[in-house]
Amino acid sequence: MAGGIKKFVVGSFSDEAVLFPAVKNVRKAGYKIHDVYTPFPVHGLDHAIGLRETSLHTAGFIYAITGTTTALSFMSWVFTKDWPLNIGGKPHFALPAWIPITFELTVLFSAVGMVLTFCYLCQLSPFVKKHHFHPRATDDLFVMAIECTDKTNDAEVQSFLEKAGAKEINIQVAETGWWIGRYDREQKLYREEKGY
Amino acid sequence: MSLLKYESQQREPLVGGNKDYHQVTEDIIGPIEMKPSRLWYIGFYLSVALLLFGVYSVYREVTYGIGQWNLNKTIGWGWDITNFVWWVGIGHAGTLISAILLLFRQGWRTGVNRAAEAMTIFAVMCAGQFPIWHMGRVWMAFFVLPYPNSRGPLWVNFNSPLLWDVFAISTYFTVSLLFWYSGLLPDLATVRDRAKTKLRKLLYGVASFGWTGSTKHWQRHESLSLVLAGLSTPLVLSVHTIVSFDFATSIVPGWHTTIFPPYFVAGAIFSGFAMVQTLLIVVRKVMGLQEYITLGHIEAMNKVIVLTGSIVGCAYLTELFIAWYGQNPYEWYAFSQNRANLFSPYGWSYWLMMFCNVVSPQLFWSRKLRRNITVTFFMSIVVNIGMWYERFVIIVTSVYRDYLPSSWSTYYSPTIWEIGFYLGTFGLFFTCFFLFAKYFPVIAVAEIKSILKTSGENYKVKMTDIEKADAEKFYSEEVEHAH
Repeated sequence: MAGGIKKFVVGSFSDEAVLFPAVKNVRKAGYKIHDVYTPFPVHGLDHAIGLRETSLHTAGFIYAITGTTTALSFMSWVFTKDWPLNIGGKPHFALPAWIPITFELTVLFSAVGMVLTFCYLCQLSPFVKKHHFHPRATDDLFVMAIECTDKTNDAEVQSFLEKAGAKEINIQVAETGWWIGRYDREQKLYREEKGY
Repeated sequence: MSLLKYESQQREPLVGGNKDYHQVTEDIIGPIEMKPSRLWYIGFYLSVALLLFGVYSVYREVTYGIGQWNLNKTIGWGWDITNFVWWVGIGHAGTLISAILLLFRQGWRTGVNRAAEAMTIFAVMCAGQFPIWHMGRVWMAFFVLPYPNSRGPLWVNFNSPLLWDVFAISTYFTVSLLFWYSGLLPDLATVRDRAKTKLRKLLYGVASFGWTGSTKHWQRHESLSLVLAGLSTPLVLSVHTIVSFDFATSIVPGWHTTIFPPYFVAGAIFSGFAMVQTLLIVVRKVMGLQEYITLGHIEAMNKVIVLTGSIVGCAYLTELFIAWYGQNPYEWYAFSQNRANLFSPYGWSYWLMMFCNVVSPQLFWSRKLRRNITVTFFMSIVVNIGMWYERFVIIVTSVYRDYLPSSWSTYYSPTIWEIGFYLGTFGLFFTCFFLFAKYFPVIAVAEIKSILKTSGENYKVKMTDIEKADAEKFYSEEVEHAH
């Protein structure tokens, strides 16, 4: 729920080819881009707005080796310590025969762990609700939200965005975090509902 | 105009017609928002009826025991395990399309991956039914899991391929489901944001997990998809490898061969692509998606079919040759008498398999036939019949005559309840698929949008004009800039 209510100047672009130079100019002018919402992954946009690389894949690797270790240590404990079974006189520590299960658990741990981490980092879950700056951000618009501080001149940012090629420009006051809610109910800010 | 990615103009467009981003949304999400057609209801109720027949067949099997099936002394695995291997195999094409083709950066994957992944999940659900109900005392099914129990604890046998199968199939199902659903999130958010009714807003709101399309989220999403693809690729190969180990690690003539893993994997992809063709040819027609699932897509899949079909053919001939060359009389008997002898009890099934899997796909060397919808649809059914017979041949012809001629069984043919169970899984599969086609975007909307400007027909036409007008200027400004 981390976030808070902030004020944004929101500009919507209809073409990613216009969006890129706009992002560059907005950053050059010193405005703070809160986020850009796009209907599909626009390659290079993350670097253009100054995001660092994600480390999600590193997490995936850690989950993977956790799976490998779990499988190998569990099977060796069972078959050498806990209940050694004589299977056709073959060695109790039957490493080659354990490769398939070890591999499967490696993949399983990594995939499940990564998806859960992904959902945690992006705050994705059923009944999670967030502020959407434009309903067409998941359809055909590229929506740039610029955060306003005390010093920001809203009118200036608006005209700046207009020059940069934005189609729709408006000012929105919004909760930046998430809250528990349903999409069929009216949008209500978390703090408003709680009466802060 | 700046190019983010350049694609040769020689390539066939992947999205036909005059499209922009919004039009893509309309075309793919539109059918979800309409009332289902009459055809959909007919298909759906037929599937549910089949499913119910399957449920009743399984009910009889559970109540009266495995004796409801015609299995006998030597044929312990009949239709049941044949169907299991067949369904698992079908699932493989979905993962191949979504994972392996993603790693190979094949743009045409975007048109078909969503439906193919859904097919994978439903096919694995169907496959899982067979070993579970084959247990007979199905209420003991949890015995296959290594859990601390009051019998020692007595653990499962980790050295057994049948247990490897438990892990392989359940991992495969889980990972496919996660991969599919994480890809669906952005598209479900698109449906949510367009929803008009309260119920839709609620349901798609819950299902889309509050997806906003934030750049950071997309960045993580891309990373997630790439790693899941990287994990699924060896996973899908391991799954059918392990299924083949169920046979290959035994000493039954006809099963005890090292060629099984690659041969099973190729066969799985072969039959899976055939099933994708069957489904998508219907879907594109019924939902009017011809501009997204183009003849180019169908041709590309037919190329995979002719390739994997030929690999399978090669494997058939290799195992036949090795059976003779290996000089093991039991192995050679299994191949020369039980299978290849047309006049032996099951000889017909071997030659039917040969015809369907090896001879008939060779049609697809012709470009004209690869791009012919009727031929493709017909062939997709033929291939799946052939691949079903492959598993039948492997299982039944190897075990109906074992080492002891006195226990050679009489002719095995399934009972109505065995057939009913198989038909029931068709019911399950198509019930799920009909629901999927009605309530979920059958094509990955966001992915189509991401290739639209490089591979959309209207953009390609424009690009060709620019290129022709001043080739040198174009390359220096656009292509080099893009790299």
